[in-house]
Amino acid sequence: MKFFALIWRNMARKKVRTTLTIGSYAVALFLFGLLATIQTAFNQGVDVAGADRLVTRNKISLIMPLPVAYKERMLQLPGVKEVTYASWFGGKYQDDKNFFPQFAIDTDTWLRVYPEFKVPPAQWSAFLADREGCVIGQATAAKYGFKIGDRVPIIATIFGGVWEFNVDGIYTGHRQEDDVTQFWFHGAYLEERRQWGKGMVGWYVIRVKDPDRAIYVSKAIDDRFANSSWETKTETESAFASGFVKQMGNIKLLILVIGTVVFFTLLLVTGNTMAMAVRERTGELAVLKTIGFRNGTVLWLVLAESLGYAIQGGVIGLAAVKLYTLRGDPTGGMLPLFYLSAGKMALGLAVTLALGAAAGIIPAWLAMRLRIVEALRRV
Amino acid sequence: MVRIDGNGGGTSLIRVRNLDKAYVRGGQAVHVLRGLNLDVEEGEFVAFMGPSGSGKTTLLNLLGGLDLPSSGSITVAGDEITALSAAKLTAWRARHVGFIFQMYNLMPVLTAFQNVELPLLLTRLSKAERRAHAEAALELVGLKDRIGHYPRELSGGQEQRVAIARAIVADPTFLLCDEPTGDLDRASADEVMDLLHRLCADYGKTILLVTHDPRAAERARTLLHLEKGALVEAVKKHEA
Ligand SMILES: Nc1ncnc2c1ncn2[C@@H]1O[C@H](COP(=O)(O)OP(=O)(O)OP(=O)(O)O)[C@@H](O)[C@H]1O
Ligand SMILES: [Mg+2]
Repeated sequence: MKFFALIWRNMARKKVRTTLTIGSYAVALFLFGLLATIQTAFNQGVDVAGADRLVTRNKISLIMPLPVAYKERMLQLPGVKEVTYASWFGGKYQDDKNFFPQFAIDTDTWLRVYPEFKVPPAQWSAFLADREGCVIGQATAAKYGFKIGDRVPIIATIFGGVWEFNVDGIYTGHRQEDDVTQFWFHGAYLEERRQWGKGMVGWYVIRVKDPDRAIYVSKAIDDRFANSSWETKTETESAFASGFVKQMGNIKLLILVIGTVVFFTLLLVTGNTMAMAVRERTGELAVLKTIGFRNGTVLWLVLAESLGYAIQGGVIGLAAVKLYTLRGDPTGGMLPLFYLSAGKMALGLAVTLALGAAAGIIPAWLAMRLRIVEALRRV
Repeated sequence: MVRIDGNGGGTSLIRVRNLDKAYVRGGQAVHVLRGLNLDVEEGEFVAFMGPSGSGKTTLLNLLGGLDLPSSGSITVAGDEITALSAAKLTAWRARHVGFIFQMYNLMPVLTAFQNVELPLLLTRLSKAERRAHAEAALELVGLKDRIGHYPRELSGGQEQRVAIARAIVADPTFLLCDEPTGDLDRASADEVMDLLHRLCADYGKTILLVTHDPRAAERARTLLHLEKGALVEAVKKHEA
């Protein structure tokens, strides 16, 4: 790029202003990255949801249970391939701050419904053979230093007492988005020790034979249990997960509003900076044109400068937020998937470029349209 | 040879015919140039004088293809520039015209070398060729040792010499100078005029110069006055 020196020197001519402009982009893109990370974390359930999975819960509320006997009846319905269930244990490890979800699962079917979770076969066999065994997600195991063979006491806030489990296995996910913070133990063990609510489970997860027919299967399930004392509500897993997200407030809208306000403000500030730069350099731009620089070249010189500020600031902001997220979940467990994906980084860079172009396009256009004779007369 | 009667032959480098320029200001047309004729052969050194507001800058802008006339034509080396499209005119300027202004108009953020190199960025020359050309131009104006200096580190006279180097570096067909000594002290002005004189005498450059300074005008081979929108002959020193 022959004109690089000129563009670069122009950027460097007002150090304070350039620093502030780049800083504005950096702050805005840091915020963008942070919001995108939070949104990813909240939406993880929606994003990783299997297209062929349905979730059946009690029609009245998610916290109301369903009879364990529904499993066999569901399996009789056409289109149903696999049924598993789980119950929420709601325990804590040592301290309120140490949150990770514990599920009492149907060990016979669980991994067939969640093929994305991997457990070494030897560990899984050990778990099946151990009534008090548990399998822990890699992230939670790493966070609390749980190792195979450890004995982990969980304070059962719902069922009472302290329950001790043996760590028999560590599971991993296929993809980065897979939730590797869960703690699984035998549904049968819960059934055995619980004082109340026997014969009930939290929810069912169903795998359907044909994802395209998922909606018919979900209707068939709900029809099957209509007018019983435990009516059901069946949704696709992603609908279930996004319903879960909605309970946390409309985070997406909030993020969109904050993001829009920040970016609009940035656009006004940087657009004004570029307009000032062009106004100050009216004479110089006219001289370039006099020498024979084409209008299109002059347009690009201004636009490139605007993009230059944006790229520098955007890269700084996104790099900073990436470093920040590498430290992991700042809430101590509420957002297990706190990471900035490559896709969101790319989106951030695209937003940066769009902002740089938007801020520069009007000043660049004015520079292009600048009439030499009039501009020189003003010098 | 320079003629203002509109009867120049086919040998003129620059041929201006019936040039009219009017500005419309507040709904009223101000006629600045009226039926101006001019023929300039290659290698001439012409000075234009005239009262302020008589249209000297307007004429230079038209000759340099920076502005378009209301009517009339300008032909330079066979190209009728008044008939070129805006884009072609820009390319023509880059190829044929070197401009020198009263206020030097150097890029403050670029060094003397980078300023002189600017017009070459529009050519196909390689980096090494650009370097060689720019250095030769700076050498010619006697500023080889100031290659890395920024305009603010140079005196007015030196700045104007850098501007002259920039104007000649791409070897243009002719130079247009609008009061190049207007902002300089006597000594610097003399240096600049010596330089322009040398460019004409030694390198055969065609130069058109606007000035208020009779001493500067004296250095030209032909002196013309702009009066009431047309040119009139003044002291003609000697025929070319
Ligand atoms: N863009 C314009 N709009 C309206 N009037 C203009 C414009 N440009 C020049 N003029 C008028 O045209 C006339 C000639 O201007 P010009 O700049 O050519 O004069 P000049 O001979 O160069 O004067 P000076 O010696 O002061 O530089 C002036 O009356 C000026 O006000
Ligand atoms: Mg003038």
